[in-house]
Amino acid sequence: MEKIKSLADLKKKREDLQSNLKLRELGDNVDNLIQVKVAMATCGIASGAKQVMEVIINECNKRNLPVVVTQTGCMGYCYAEPTVEVKKPGQEAVVFGYITPAKAEELVNKYLAGNELLDGIIPVNYEKIDNK
Amino acid sequence: MANYKYHILICGGTGCHASQSAQIKINFEQLIVEKNLTDDVQIVETGCFGFCEKGPIVKMLPDNTFYTQVKPEDCKEIIEEHIIKGRKVERLLYLDPTSQEHKADSKHMGFYKKQLRIALRNCGFINPENIDEYIARDGYKALATVLEQNDPQATIDIIKKSGLRGRGGGGFPTGLKWEICSKNNADQKYMICNADEGDPGAFMDRSILEGDPHTIIEAMIIGGFCIGATKGLIYIRAEYPLAIHRLQVALEQAREYGLLGKNLFGTDFDFDIELRYGAGAFVCGEETALIHSMEGLRGEPTFKPPFPAQEGYLKKPSNVNNVETFANIPVIINKGWEWFSSIGTEKSKGTKVFALAGQINNVGLIEVPMGITLREVIYEIGGGIKGGKKFKAVQTGGPSGGCLTEKFLDTPIDYDNLIAAGSMMGSGGMIVMDETSCMVSVAKFYLEFTVEESCGKCSPCRIGNKRLHEILEKITQGKGTMEDLDSLRNLAQVIKDTALCGLGQTSPNPVLSTIDNFWDEYVAHVVDKKCPAGQCKALKKYIIDPEKCIGCTACARVCPTNAITGTVKMPHEINQELCIKCGSCYEKCKFNAISIK
Repeated sequence: MEKIKSLADLKKKREDLQSNLKLRELGDNVDNLIQVKVAMATCGIASGAKQVMEVIINECNKRNLPVVVTQTGCMGYCYAEPTVEVKKPGQEAVVFGYITPAKAEELVNKYLAGNELLDGIIPVNYEKIDNK
Repeated sequence: MANYKYHILICGGTGCHASQSAQIKINFEQLIVEKNLTDDVQIVETGCFGFCEKGPIVKMLPDNTFYTQVKPEDCKEIIEEHIIKGRKVERLLYLDPTSQEHKADSKHMGFYKKQLRIALRNCGFINPENIDEYIARDGYKALATVLEQNDPQATIDIIKKSGLRGRGGGGFPTGLKWEICSKNNADQKYMICNADEGDPGAFMDRSILEGDPHTIIEAMIIGGFCIGATKGLIYIRAEYPLAIHRLQVALEQAREYGLLGKNLFGTDFDFDIELRYGAGAFVCGEETALIHSMEGLRGEPTFKPPFPAQEGYLKKPSNVNNVETFANIPVIINKGWEWFSSIGTEKSKGTKVFALAGQINNVGLIEVPMGITLREVIYEIGGGIKGGKKFKAVQTGGPSGGCLTEKFLDTPIDYDNLIAAGSMMGSGGMIVMDETSCMVSVAKFYLEFTVEESCGKCSPCRIGNKRLHEILEKITQGKGTMEDLDSLRNLAQVIKDTALCGLGQTSPNPVLSTIDNFWDEYVAHVVDKKCPAGQCKALKKYIIDPEKCIGCTACARVCPTNAITGTVKMPHEINQELCIKCGSCYEKCKFNAISIK
């Protein structure tokens, strides 16, 4: 592993990561991929996020969908765990709450494979600091 | 499988429902059938948008148009104009109150500013087990800047000027804390992260560690550089296995990248971090007790001074900061103290993370700028009280805090206002209570916690709290007297004045603040022998109304103590001597014949 030895190193690393990976690890066509994030903090896992993530990965593999599934931390919607965020290329991310394994399958079949939304959408109502 | 081109999202929150969002949904559904759009448009009901005052809310995807105060009769225009002709319905767009312009995109709207995520910026966004994602989000940039600048005092000044205060509860200025420690000379100093989150109901530190562990590592290195420490220690409770795992992964990855270890960023500064596990004692969140626990001694606080900055871990100068405090550091350095100090109130800058719990619809983690009101937090972000019940109080600051009532709903939340209101910021637990909560029981609950968690070193806390708890128990049993109320107040005051550490000094707060705010409720327990909220079992009395009872015997059959007697088709009776007040009969009765007195 190459060590980071200066601010220039870090900047270069960051640029590489931003351009090539765009936060996700899957090659050059990341812009055409659907990004799925499963909230996997204690609250999510306690309500079954691990099984949900497994179902999503398996279902996507079965259908060979261009999807990257990753875990992330707590999104803050503990009342609606497990929560899953789906970001389709060129679209706003949509957060789905109350995702059981059965609903996860439905999510893949209806929204990831098609474009049909499910119930349980949580409107995102916070501001990020990125643009400030 | 349907492939819709448009989605119409309709807010299904309580507020919007009250203003006819259900009818709006029905109208849209009829319209898309009429216009033959069922294959193109999907109508979905969503959770609360948190913008209830402008409800009902309708949001159009994929173009993100946000319509406010939509009426059922507007649906036709939205379908015909927006969906069919592709033109936005100008008059229904959000009108910006300052610029008087219609805003189509929800991102530019004021209500999004209710929540601002600084400490939680990466939580729920990056993969916490992948350092690359953190770096791509400007991770370790603040550290690199600080090290290249090579001027610890300059960095301390930035933190001082930002106005950041400790998020663990006390609210001590972080920059000042660093400065004091930096001025004490020693061969070894320690930068310590307090991850011993123990307030019942608070879990923001755990979430930050689980969702964004690198930000803590980065901030600790920066802090270490500023105070002249080369060793960092994270004191974390063993009950947080996932947070520990993610921290270990993060530490390992940081070492691989050379971000921990020797000669960081090519300078001669070395820094590494170790984890120390706590057994989950509440008192170990107090910094001197925490340090003793790390040293392998009993987790008991000691008198300050000497402060940890003078004599801390292994008698060396040490600086202890809380997880959430650390999470703010990299952002302050990257974005500048001016930016940070522009957020919040005069004396409390930045944001605070709160864990919303209790009788509230949207239980969860929120991050809001200091100065927001409780009303905004509870009704707009939290979605209001569960089941549409009436708000009674909100408990902040955990066992050290107090209750805030309706009259404080519009008080801006910051360190000083909360203290003036008889509570405190604490670590940020916010437990919302509705009209069915008995405040005497609430005070008793917190006292139970303190009695359990008292380390026993000083007698005011060890014995005094036990006595307080006994008096409260007596009151909830209906055996209290007015003299008991006086002794509650006196004893609480004595504990407050004489206990050794912060835990003891603040432990009577739940009692004092409920006495102040809910005096009538205490009196009702003592004089009328009644619990107005109907929570105290001993004061409850179940009674069968002979007018309503038809003698179905359902209650008699469900009663575990055979306290209910009567013949079939004749009114039954409850023997109060035998009744254990379990409430089974009350739930079983289909004729509302049983009431609680």
